Amino acid sequence: MSDDSNLLSVKDLSIDFLQEKTAVRAVDQVSFDVKKGEVLGIVGESGSGKSVTVTSILKLLPENARYTEGSISFKSEELLSMKEKQLRKLRGNEISMIFQDPMTSLNPVFTVENQLVEAIRLHAKLSRKKARQEAIRLLQIVGIQEPEKRIKLYPHEFSGGMRQRVMIAMAISSSPSLLIADEPTTALDVTVQKQIIDLLKELQQKINTSIIFITHDLEVVADLADRLLIMYGGQIVESGPAKTIFANPLHPYTRLLIEAIPHGNKKSGRLPTIEGNVPSLSEIPQDVCRFKERIPWIPDQAHEINPKLREVEPEHFVRCTCYKHFWMKEAHEKK
Amino acid sequence: MKVNRLLKYTAKRIVDLIPTLFLVAVIIFMITRMIPGDPASTMLGPQASVKEINNLREQMGLNEPKLHQFIEYLKDLVHLNVGYSYVYKRPVVDLIMERFPNTIILTLFALVISLVVGVTAGIISAVKKGTWWDYVFTILSLVGVSVPVFWLGIMLVLFFSVELGWFPSTGMGDISLGFSDYFSHLILPGVTLATIPMATFSRITRSSMLEVLEQNYIKTAKAKGLQARWIICKHALKNAMTPILTVLGMQVSSMLGGAVLTETIYSWPGMGRLIVDAINKRDFVVVQGTVLFLALLFVLVNLAIDLLYKVVNPKISLGKVAK
Repeated sequence: MSDDSNLLSVKDLSIDFLQEKTAVRAVDQVSFDVKKGEVLGIVGESGSGKSVTVTSILKLLPENARYTEGSISFKSEELLSMKEKQLRKLRGNEISMIFQDPMTSLNPVFTVENQLVEAIRLHAKLSRKKARQEAIRLLQIVGIQEPEKRIKLYPHEFSGGMRQRVMIAMAISSSPSLLIADEPTTALDVTVQKQIIDLLKELQQKINTSIIFITHDLEVVADLADRLLIMYGGQIVESGPAKTIFANPLHPYTRLLIEAIPHGNKKSGRLPTIEGNVPSLSEIPQDVCRFKERIPWIPDQAHEINPKLREVEPEHFVRCTCYKHFWMKEAHEKK
Repeated sequence: MKVNRLLKYTAKRIVDLIPTLFLVAVIIFMITRMIPGDPASTMLGPQASVKEINNLREQMGLNEPKLHQFIEYLKDLVHLNVGYSYVYKRPVVDLIMERFPNTIILTLFALVISLVVGVTAGIISAVKKGTWWDYVFTILSLVGVSVPVFWLGIMLVLFFSVELGWFPSTGMGDISLGFSDYFSHLILPGVTLATIPMATFSRITRSSMLEVLEQNYIKTAKAKGLQARWIICKHALKNAMTPILTVLGMQVSSMLGGAVLTETIYSWPGMGRLIVDAINKRDFVVVQGTVLFLALLFVLVNLAIDLLYKVVNPKISLGKVAK
């Protein structure tokens, strides 16, 4: 299964969080591959386990997290059994990460130069002066004007969008083979969002890095991702090539997510929403369709017990049988 | 331009000193005149006659009206003259200059011990939160802030001087007898004086570090591939410094003037004992001079701490934080 084109291969990964005396499952039997140069979009609401899944790749989860089963292999090397020292060589070098909140992701008491040069010199043997030139070049690449001047500033002297650009510059400083972007645009306003996504797209083509892009907003990944994973309640509910999923969304959750994308030309008034909330991890039903409670108008018989992911067309996987019986409730019917 | 602003700020703060010091001068003058007892009769002893006492009072200027005495005192202060001690028969400045270096040495020594041990213990507690390391340091800190200084001092003398004979029990070393003599005299008073600040530093460092270690930029630093030790010492510690500095300022100020107990136990010839002796002997001039000097130090230490905040946290802009 793990052929050479797979850069990263996650198999049957389950992650528990220990709370007091109980263990809560945050990620349940998740498998996916990332090929070289590919952009994988992981979509889901907060609490769907998407962030935990990707944070686990670099083993940066909090101390109460346990890798219960599964494997994560990167370039055919198993990460879960890897020593901390070897992991450090991967972090920020082969695999880089960009986080959700650029306002707090940079250290406030060091200059941008200090933090960028630190990242560069960590993985490349460069003199301080050379590293500084490299840092300026990177800032230029990510679209920061007057980088020679701005590099001396502290993070609080930058706007949110600019800080995210600095984070991106830091992440690409080692030309990583894999870039993990954990909701990099969520904390930014819409116009800046678009700029950051365009920047990532451009960089992806330039340095041919693979990207895992996490978002709760399907629209954001619509023209960025090659393949999509839709997650709900710690499980993958649908996966496949992005084009296929947009053309033929099957799982009720995916269909409702696509429905919830606002369209500029559609003047129907109310914006469709998915009713209810993601259940908290400890309340998730274990052996039934986890999305059941959010679509109460679909009869129980439509769901299967212990729903499985099935390949319904080449490379397109869907969990549970409920998609066959699902119909969209119109907005006016809900009230 | 930045240096210029720094100088301006410092200059302004120093000008601000004047009203503070004036107020201290007023209060300390009033208090010394209010405490019962008379310097002349204390000096001459119980056998002295009324006439003798009165003569001395006249000589010391104590028979003048209080307001007149105060104006004279202020006049002297303006000329940077803090007065002449009748008890020691020496200018107060000389007394301060003789004692102050001893206090500084003791303070610096205790400060280094307390900072190194306290901050290190705090960092270990925070990083190893919930382990027995953390519990041991927490309990030690609690003991450290609670133990009375005089009791600790006496216990240390009993154990290390009387029982083991490792360190001398009193006095200050003589540098002409070599460094080891000087240093061995410094250890017990230094440790005694360091106990409370050490415990305070440890607790404040622990809580401040715990807060910082939760921050997103620490996760960024990990994702960069930095070593845990480097992340703690560079990225976390500098962010955790602000509350530590606040405590540092308070501790230094109180050590400079308030090491009375420690100095008394170990017969250390420092400022604390000079003041207490002066109060006992009703040596008003010395009391006024030393208290005013300590007030000046207190304000200067605070100024230094405020300037250090700026070094540690670039978000703080001077001027705004001051007033």
